Amino acid sequence: MDRFLFLTVDGLAKGAVYAAFALAVVLIWRAARIVNFAQGAMAVATVYAAYSVTQATGSYWLGFAAALAAGLLLGAGIERAVMRFVPHTSPLNSVIVALGLVLLLQAVLGAIYGNEFRPVETPFSRTGITVGGIALLSRYDLFVLGAVLVLVVLLALLFTRTSTGLRMRSAAFAPEVSRLLGVNVAGLLTFGWALAAAVGALAGMLVVPTELGLHPNTMDLVFVSSFTAAVVGGLDSPIGAVVGGLAVGLVLSYAAGYLGSDVTPLATLALLLVVLLIRPGGLFAGVRTRAV
Amino acid sequence: MTTGLRHLLWTAAAAAALLAVTYAIPPFRNYQLATAAAYLCATAGLTVLVGLSGQLSLGHGAVMAVGAYAVALSQNRFADAGLTGNGVLAASLALGVLAALVAGLIVGLAAARLRGPYLAGVTLAVAVALPAVTTVWAGVFHSDQGLSVYLEPPPAGLGYDFPLERWQAWLALAGALLVMLLLANLVRSRFGRSLRAVRDDEVAARLAGIDVARTQVLAFVVSAGCAGLGGGLMAVLTQSVSPGAYSLTLSLFLLMAVVVGGLGRLAGAVWGALLLVVLPDLTHTIVASLTLSPAAAQRLEGNLPLAVFGLTLIVVMIAAPGGISGVVRRLTPASPLRR
Repeated sequence: MDRFLFLTVDGLAKGAVYAAFALAVVLIWRAARIVNFAQGAMAVATVYAAYSVTQATGSYWLGFAAALAAGLLLGAGIERAVMRFVPHTSPLNSVIVALGLVLLLQAVLGAIYGNEFRPVETPFSRTGITVGGIALLSRYDLFVLGAVLVLVVLLALLFTRTSTGLRMRSAAFAPEVSRLLGVNVAGLLTFGWALAAAVGALAGMLVVPTELGLHPNTMDLVFVSSFTAAVVGGLDSPIGAVVGGLAVGLVLSYAAGYLGSDVTPLATLALLLVVLLIRPGGLFAGVRTRAV
Repeated sequence: MTTGLRHLLWTAAAAAALLAVTYAIPPFRNYQLATAAAYLCATAGLTVLVGLSGQLSLGHGAVMAVGAYAVALSQNRFADAGLTGNGVLAASLALGVLAALVAGLIVGLAAARLRGPYLAGVTLAVAVALPAVTTVWAGVFHSDQGLSVYLEPPPAGLGYDFPLERWQAWLALAGALLVMLLLANLVRSRFGRSLRAVRDDEVAARLAGIDVARTQVLAFVVSAGCAGLGGGLMAVLTQSVSPGAYSLTLSLFLLMAVVVGGLGRLAGAVWGALLLVVLPDLTHTIVASLTLSPAAAQRLEGNLPLAVFGLTLIVVMIAAPGGISGVVRRLTPASPLRR
């Protein structure tokens, strides 16, 4: 029972990060109808930026800010320089271009920093706080949960309470009409990519210390888990992404805890297949507008 | 002349020319030629899947691994049982293809219900999960270390100083030519037309009496069989299999190769397979010509091919979606036989 409790809490902490990363996937899907397969590589690039800043200044928080800023720049840059020019003849095109970006980003990072795992510091202790004899959340886990909660609230406010959010929703829902009504659709698309990349950078900063360390391929498995989370929630739904993230975190935590940590990737694959084959629209699918 | 006969004559001519080439080039080049041939099996299968049926697979590296591991396991079992001879190797390769066909059937059954990014995500998960399979069943697959593959020396009838690399090149080229012949006939057949119909418009294809799901599953199975043969040949060439050699990067390389070569064209698969061998060689030469510190040179050497592949993929996709074979086709006058 203690073990179950520990795995549950641990799964929720992991799931919060998957939720954040899934949100980044959903943001771009909603804005551009593209699943950004380069999301993981982009996030790793921002974490490397943070790593360099932290090494140079000795401050974790300066590095944290640098990661978010790098995310904004990288997202906007990739949309302006690459994604904008991808022909829309087939949905495969953007996927293939994103995969090219994965190779390119990972190669550039590997060439600059080398292909070894680098340990990354955390701002708070990662030893669990003991409650009634059971080691539960660590301070770092609390920081992760808090950061993701703030992120979700901020995104919710942006999309439901501000005029920018309203314009972004309209630009994604009906680009032609929005353009006629004077909405800067292209600019908002760039903003959407920048926002999503910054969210991805945040998720990367939170998850990398809990993985083996910083490496150009660190986020491959995290991306697959988060894609699963986004699919579980239905790619269109931000709430679904959060719930999906937590669900995936729990399932993977139980799988790793009871069956061994080696099975995690297999559990992800199994979960993804089960969801897609049983409920392809995801648990929170809205109006069924397109076949999967 | 019927299409089948023409393809057969082309294959025979290519075989004769390649046979002459293997005698003319040194062992190292023969080994490279063999590698390109092994890649060709996989890229040809993949280009039929992505280009003709419109299904994207990021897991073909993993399918190659299925073929490679099957060949490794069966070669070693046969060797342990004292069975030798060239029939044994052929049987092992056939088992490799069979294993890949089964894997392709499983993934294909799921894939037929999925489209676009969803299918890409599932096959990506397959590619990422592969190392975990070798770790979970470490007793069979020996986790990260992998297996070594028993390979007999070339047949004694060829002479005792016959280079191993030339023999490997013969094996791989035979496999690649067989795949190309089968696929060339397949894309020209009723099945090939069904594939294109399904890719272009599923509803119209269904109205025309084509079983869409069956066609898509079959495309996956055929493509996986080719990739399995490629993987099996790769195991025969390197005489070892490990999950590191069949990582997600390999899957992305294969995709890059077929896109840059020209999606849906078998000629494009040839260009792509050649690129996979030539580009790393080229970047190696470039890095060697630069004066760098050893550490920097090592970092650059490992990553430059990736960067070039990634950049090529992006540029080709945006600027020349037809790939190399599309450019070649535009530069040569159209022949009335072609579509």
